[in-house]
Amino acid sequence: MNVRLHVWRQQSANAPGKMVQYEATDISPTMSFLEMLDLVNEGLVAKGEEPIAFDHDCREGICGTCSLMINGVAHGPNEATTSCQLHMRSFHEGQDIYIEPWRARAFPVIRDLVTDRSAFDRIIQAGGFVSVNTGGVPDANAIAIPKPDAEAAMDAAACIGCGACVAACKNASAMLFVSAKVSHLSLLPQGKIEGSRRATAMVAQMDLEGFGSCTNTQECEAVCPKEISVASIARLNREFLKASVESSH
Amino acid sequence: MTSISSFYRSSVGCKMVMALTGIGLVGFLCAHLAGNLLVFKGPEALNHYARTLRDYLPILWVLRVGLLAMFVLHIVSAIRLTQLNRWARPVAYTNKKNVRSSLSSRTMMLSGLVVLSFVLYHLAHLTFRWTHPEFRELGEFDVYQMLVMSFHSPYVAFFYCLSIVLLMSHLHHGIVSLFQSLGLYHGGLQPVIRAAGAGVSVLLAMGFLSIPIAIFCGWIGL
Ligand code: HEM
Ligand code: FES
Repeated sequence: MNVRLHVWRQQSANAPGKMVQYEATDISPTMSFLEMLDLVNEGLVAKGEEPIAFDHDCREGICGTCSLMINGVAHGPNEATTSCQLHMRSFHEGQDIYIEPWRARAFPVIRDLVTDRSAFDRIIQAGGFVSVNTGGVPDANAIAIPKPDAEAAMDAAACIGCGACVAACKNASAMLFVSAKVSHLSLLPQGKIEGSRRATAMVAQMDLEGFGSCTNTQECEAVCPKEISVASIARLNREFLKASVESSH
Repeated sequence: MTSISSFYRSSVGCKMVMALTGIGLVGFLCAHLAGNLLVFKGPEALNHYARTLRDYLPILWVLRVGLLAMFVLHIVSAIRLTQLNRWARPVAYTNKKNVRSSLSSRTMMLSGLVVLSFVLYHLAHLTFRWTHPEFRELGEFDVYQMLVMSFHSPYVAFFYCLSIVLLMSHLHHGIVSLFQSLGLYHGGLQPVIRAAGAGVSVLLAMGFLSIPIAIFCGWIGL
């Protein structure tokens, strides 16, 4: 199959960028989206042109590195699918495909489709951890955890930190990411102890990084490749409110 | 004090202030509509209600000041967060699809600003009577006559109806959103809150729209 790509090209962080058109020819429908880009890049290299820079690592939907805005939807048209797990059979012959980087002040473009997402790392450093003494590994069943709590924590822990929530949100808000991390840790007894401090510190860092605020449009939930629910945002809001009330005493 | 200011400075705290003031404003709208619907009982009922309100002037002023404070806080927070949100995306997408978000959720500032302009006109029109000095000659409390006369103007009636429809849109998203902002939107409550958001916004709008419709159809007259 053949498709026409419109790709954001930008030499470096401060260089101006623009959409550039490429013909992707002789594409197999069984190729993944990233394999299709690899093929286009081989063609560019053969012609002596700069290949399109894009982020990727595991290519199996678990690392959160791939990050493409495809035809206006973060990670493309398929639900609960990362860009690397998307296949060309989801497109039709001759289709125009627009590929852009995540757009957010907190995620500046490094080159072409690659953005700097270290803002997420700094949010994790601010509170996305459980403080424990190092030493022997504790017995797995030493602390009993109710099944529903373990399930809910696991669902939140599925977040791979790709940033699709930020990319899709009209406010470039990181609330779904932060709330997934807060839920994942604060639902478990080990993480509950630092729950208040964590919620306050992570929200403060999120604001500092220049992400927008949540207006509850739920666009994030719709594009999240791991189907994190906006219910976790309600949980973060509760944690934050509780922490604020506690700290006022 | 420092904890209140750091709460409000945070985007999450600021949004909670919007939610709390939103609840207060919805409460006011319900009470205001209940009063207005007395127009269907006739001039005596409506004017008596208006006069009774003024008889309790100190209480009325407490309510007015509270309402004004909520309105101002709501608007100041809305402008602050909207600016923050625009700042957070300096480069727009050339191609962006909305997958799930509703039109009302994406146009909250627009619907809010139209409601604001309506409220300002409404105050100038009926409370201060700047736009219609002739109303001053009607005597103090002939609210009924002011109301019926006003809706005979097609411009006033149109602006009123437009504002009410946009208010409905504002609340269609706003009521569900406030529960989420306060952390109450979860589990089995979600369908109940969604139904309540749709129900309250549509019922309020129908209530407010029933008055110009009744006047247009001649069911209420001078
Ligand atoms: C009678 C008047 C009003 C009522 C009853 C009302 C009600 C509400 C409610 C319930 C919310 C949801 C709060 C939340 O999500 O936590 C809200 C949000 C909002 N309101 Fe209002 N509002 C009114 C007037 C205004 C005005 C005059 C403006 C504009 C200046 C405005 C702008 C906004 C904005 C920007 C939001 C946030 C939108 C979002 O989160 O998507 N509102 N309002
Ligand atoms: S490359 Fe790892 S999730 Fe896509």
